Amino acid sequence: MSFSFALARRLPRFRRPESGGGWMLAAALIALAVVAPLASLAWSAMDASLAHWAHLARFVLPQALANTALLLAGVGVLVTLLGTGSAWLVSAYDFPSRGVLGWALLLPLAVPTYIIAFAYLDLLHPIGPVQTLLRDLLGYDSPRQFRLPDLRSLPGAVFVLGFVLYPYVYLSTRVMFSTQAASLLEAARTLGTGRYGVFWRVALPLARPAIAVGVSLALLETLNDIGASEFLGVQTLTVSVYTTWVTRSDLAGAAQIALTMLAIVVALILLERHGRKRQRYASTQRMRPMQPRRLRGAAAWAAVLLGWVPVLVGFVAPALYLAVETWKRLHLVGGVSDQLLAGAANTVGIAAAATAVTLACGLAVAWAGRAMRESSRPQPGRACARIASLGYAVPGTVLAIGLLLPFVLIDRGLGGVLEALTGHAPGLLLMGSSTALVIAYTLRFLAISTGALEAGLSRIPPSLEQASRLLGETGSGTLRRVHLPLLRPALAASALLVFVDAMKELPATLLLRPMNFDTLATWLYAEAARGTYEEGAVAALGIVLAGLLPVVLLARTDLKMGQRQARPGARAAAAQDPEPQKEYRTP
Amino acid sequence: MKRTPFSLSALRALALAAAATLGGNALAAGEVSLYTTREPKLIQPLLDAYTKKSGVKVNTVFVKDGLIERVKAEGDKSPADVLMTVDIGNLIDLVEAGVTQPVQSRTLEEVIPANLRGSDGSWYALSLRDRVLYVANDLDLKAFSYEELADPKWKGKVCIRSGQHPYNTALIAAMISHDGAEATEQWLRGVKANLARKAAGGDRDVARDILGAICDIGIANAYYVGHMKNAEPGTDARKWGDAIKVIRPTFGKSKGTHVNVSGAAVARHAPNRDNAVGLLEYLVSEEAQSLYAKANYEYPIRKGVELDPVVASFGPLEVDPLPVTEIAKHRKQASELVDKVGFDN
Repeated sequence: MSFSFALARRLPRFRRPESGGGWMLAAALIALAVVAPLASLAWSAMDASLAHWAHLARFVLPQALANTALLLAGVGVLVTLLGTGSAWLVSAYDFPSRGVLGWALLLPLAVPTYIIAFAYLDLLHPIGPVQTLLRDLLGYDSPRQFRLPDLRSLPGAVFVLGFVLYPYVYLSTRVMFSTQAASLLEAARTLGTGRYGVFWRVALPLARPAIAVGVSLALLETLNDIGASEFLGVQTLTVSVYTTWVTRSDLAGAAQIALTMLAIVVALILLERHGRKRQRYASTQRMRPMQPRRLRGAAAWAAVLLGWVPVLVGFVAPALYLAVETWKRLHLVGGVSDQLLAGAANTVGIAAAATAVTLACGLAVAWAGRAMRESSRPQPGRACARIASLGYAVPGTVLAIGLLLPFVLIDRGLGGVLEALTGHAPGLLLMGSSTALVIAYTLRFLAISTGALEAGLSRIPPSLEQASRLLGETGSGTLRRVHLPLLRPALAASALLVFVDAMKELPATLLLRPMNFDTLATWLYAEAARGTYEEGAVAALGIVLAGLLPVVLLARTDLKMGQRQARPGARAAAAQDPEPQKEYRTP
Repeated sequence: MKRTPFSLSALRALALAAAATLGGNALAAGEVSLYTTREPKLIQPLLDAYTKKSGVKVNTVFVKDGLIERVKAEGDKSPADVLMTVDIGNLIDLVEAGVTQPVQSRTLEEVIPANLRGSDGSWYALSLRDRVLYVANDLDLKAFSYEELADPKWKGKVCIRSGQHPYNTALIAAMISHDGAEATEQWLRGVKANLARKAAGGDRDVARDILGAICDIGIANAYYVGHMKNAEPGTDARKWGDAIKVIRPTFGKSKGTHVNVSGAAVARHAPNRDNAVGLLEYLVSEEAQSLYAKANYEYPIRKGVELDPVVASFGPLEVDPLPVTEIAKHRKQASELVDKVGFDN
């Protein structure tokens, strides 16, 4: 340890002066791009008197705060239980269908919250299939005699959001469990810790950064959700922001509430990070998979049952419902229209572009802010990473409003230059094309890739980079040849999350899209706006199916990767291979 | 011949290409660009009919919220010609935000009654939407006033969407104009106490929840009934529609039914102003108004247009004589009252 420390101290001497500077600059620019819409929001917020705060404080905020806190607490507990529990189940135990379950647990990611909310309202409605069956079984013949409590409630919202958002936790925790040093767990076992003790005292604390990343993503989604909350009648803070803006036409007031919320969110995230400030998660051990324990008999069946519940509730039931609704309407719709196909192509195209850009930006930011040595000194790169993550902490609609001004400013600047060059006024370049959407998605979902890649980097010991640099590789070369291969599970995971999130994105798409342009989500929304949800079933199923492909593909590569990497000496050892020596250059 | 530096000519070519692909719509004639908060499927048949008739291509972008913010930000570069929205409050907001321009048209002035358009021609209503009572079929109820919704005899039997929805704030604003803020607040408390479930969901959920025996009566817009009762037999929507009948409530004093509007305005920086006026004029034509009535089940703004049989079965529409601008004036107050009584909690 002291040796590597000494190396780290001396490292700067080997570095060429410009190396690292480029990454910092990129990170700073990206952070600036995220700040732009927030600054434009702050500008809007200045425009108002503070008079409405008296009204809000008296009549709105107490209830909205309580609802939001309860919703977050409920969803937080549910996603942690479901996500961590299922990740541990498939990592530590072997039982029938474990292989399929490993990726099937990710499927709810393909279902947007607003779709699952209306699917469940229909499924659980007094005239829906569940209650009808129940009445038949119990011998009642009218909902007037017997019906269950209404889904439109806070517990209903917790249930619906919890079961679609748990994959955020599952994904990050699973990657952690699968690449975790098995030797630590074995050491704990040899020292006499029980099977449960290993989970509670070793695995869980080690997985804490991963759980924190997953839960905070799920909670931010919950906090900023408008579709499901509004549909289920839960008055959250975000719904209040929305009401203030839309119903009372008070954008300034809405911006003030949104920025206050943002401040609280940032404070909470900083608090969580502060809580594990002094902890290090990097492992210098060769990574080796946990040996799953084979379950037999009743235990195996219990594991199958437990493992599949989240998939059934979060995906199978709503997807089946959509499939049935689509089937019932196929003769009315007359197949799939060209417009819907164009919408599907737009959706996949933009989501793919946004994923590529978001990953690249996330990598730049995470790399610029990586720990170069065992030091907790504040780094400018870290600050950029925190700032770059802010886009996820504001509701999509609010971010989109904030983006309008920067986009139009750029459009005017570009337009002026182009007009000078060509003599033609080009109109609005960003807002008139889908470029605006790609940028908006990137700024919104940057937190996902930054978070996952930072967590990934935190598990790669700085000594690997030090060794690589000592052997004469450049900073970027080290990233490409040492870290990128090690980061592949994290890259795959964040690519998947960003892609499906971008595909489901609605509020920013509605506001910033060019003319004559539809995505599956806006198509579905258009149906929903008429109140004909079930006629949107085709588009909803399209979103779910389009989301399915990357979920399955990436989940499979991700898991393979996890296994390969976990094989003794495979990937992790690559960095320590003698091979780099062949290209050894004296600095 | 002087050679242009390569980089500059390349840049110029690139810029031209960009201008041609992205900015083309500003140059071409025979187009009109529509920013709308109305559901595209509802208005698409109207727009298609217009294109067929006039040869003018209609570009649309369906914006949910933030129509004003977007047009404002785009400023004089905005490609928008026509801004279309529902709810009188939203129309007035457009005018007050300065994103519209007044236009004069004899056709529009002849067809649209004076109280349903801006006096200077800065906005025009295109259709009427009455907010009515959905009643369980087996309930013996003939007439109803909005005030009666607060009657304790309906405890646990009333369904309605969020009080903050523009359809409801407009209704509440009208009640403030009629009965005063204090009486309206009491009324809201009474309705809140009568709710069978959370004030949430959409208007059609009222019919669905009546079928599901969650409630007996509820407030929702009339045109949804046209959609539901005309839906294909066997579909869910048809079952919901068939479970209810419609009563047009009145305000106690005025004996009129609350009506909101859908409408449009010409954008301030409209690049195709003439086509914009042309589109508006088409939308109040016999043909278009008939589509509003038959395909959309909205109440036509033009007199003498034949109604859909389902809508006609509700009987004649006695519109609340309150000027719609009066409703827009009280909208914010209505929204604050909803918060105050915790209607949506």
